[in-house]
Amino acid sequence: MRILTAPSPPTRGGTPLRVVVALLCLGIALPAAAADPAAVSAMPWWGWPLALFVVCFLLGIVAVPAGVGGGVLFVPIVAGFFPFHLDFVRGAGLLVALASSLAAGPALLRGGLANLRLALPLALIGSASSTVGAMMGLALPADTVQTALGVTILGIVAVMATAKKSEFPAVAASDRWAQLLGMRGAFVDAASGREIDWRVHRTPTGFGLFFVIGFLAGMFGMGAGWANVPALNLVMGAPLKIAAGTSSFILSLVDSSAAWIYLNKGAVLPLIAVPSVVGMMLGARIGARLLTVLKASIVRRLVIGLLLFAGLRALLKGLGIWA
Amino acid sequence: MNAPSPVPLVVLPPGEQLRYAAWLEGTARGGLALLVVTYFAYVLGAFAPLVPLDTMPALWNQSAAAYMAQTGSPNGWGWLAQAARSDLLNLFGIAILAGSSIVCLLAVIPLYARRGERIYVLVCVLQVAVLLLAASGLLTVGH
Repeated sequence: MRILTAPSPPTRGGTPLRVVVALLCLGIALPAAAADPAAVSAMPWWGWPLALFVVCFLLGIVAVPAGVGGGVLFVPIVAGFFPFHLDFVRGAGLLVALASSLAAGPALLRGGLANLRLALPLALIGSASSTVGAMMGLALPADTVQTALGVTILGIVAVMATAKKSEFPAVAASDRWAQLLGMRGAFVDAASGREIDWRVHRTPTGFGLFFVIGFLAGMFGMGAGWANVPALNLVMGAPLKIAAGTSSFILSLVDSSAAWIYLNKGAVLPLIAVPSVVGMMLGARIGARLLTVLKASIVRRLVIGLLLFAGLRALLKGLGIWA
Repeated sequence: MNAPSPVPLVVLPPGEQLRYAAWLEGTARGGLALLVVTYFAYVLGAFAPLVPLDTMPALWNQSAAAYMAQTGSPNGWGWLAQAARSDLLNLFGIAILAGSSIVCLLAVIPLYARRGERIYVLVCVLQVAVLLLAASGLLTVGH
């Protein structure tokens, strides 16, 4: 009997990944290099929004394969390397995260990967706290927020680097709150073709986590997917795909609340916000197509490295060490 | 004779999820389209902005409060009164994006009410209240 083994698939994605990495580094280095006062004043008014569009486009490409939202990349990178004040960067960051969430929401809801019953109670708590976070963030001095942002980003790096994922967590029984709120459902896992029934537990702990997550999202103008997904998946026991889909949908509510605060405080400049939103969304469309080509683990390591650098930059900038 | 292909398994989401998705798709697309159109009108100079574009580089590195003080830009919903200015006109699209969830929640409340799901009616009403409070400007104007 001959046993045939399929040849190993060729490693794909080397060239596209190198191109994206090179462009991203260039896209960040150029604004940083040009950010000395003489260069800033010589740049025409449209130069920085155009650079912002290009950088956001590249961020959008890598965000999808890396499994992160654009918001968590946007704020530290743009705040660290562009001449815009942190107020406007955070306002734009919320809109970037919000727009991405709104774009993905309908498909996730229709496909059953975002669950309204799971999302609405958690989003209610998150949106209330994000409002408070936004108000506090705009009231604090920029240096204080910048320092706190740096610390938070470094914390996010630690979470992303160490957090495990559980595709189908074992949940013996729903807790009382989950039963009361009917937080359960079913979806068809495309990989196996099976119908998966799911339920959650530790709902009060989830409420507490989403309160903190919402506050941070509002204060720093970021999406909170980096925290929502582990909270839903590892703490509450939702299957990974449900956690990721529902997290994306929750952002549409949490970030809306905070975005209104920034909008009403005049911290949303269309000249910054619109190229950011459009660039990120266009890049994400390409990133989604590249998912089959790029090796996700390599992209994820790249993004973690990028965030580490941006977090250090934000921390040192806030402390006045690297102005 | 070949075996019939297996029927793909489909789990239909609840009705309120489908209704929410439909409203979300419509409002989000509309808001985004308006945002892009008004942005091009702004940067191409179709009509005058409140703050001239060539002064922006000297202003965008200042805090939002300093920016408003120097330019006379309105806070809260004051931009509506000056919406003919090309930069402030962009805020319509942004407001639609930020407000789309309110519309969706109002659309699903009747479905929950019809099924007697008072808890989710309450959750949706409270969520709408939080969003409206944030949108109203009451929390920010004067602070």
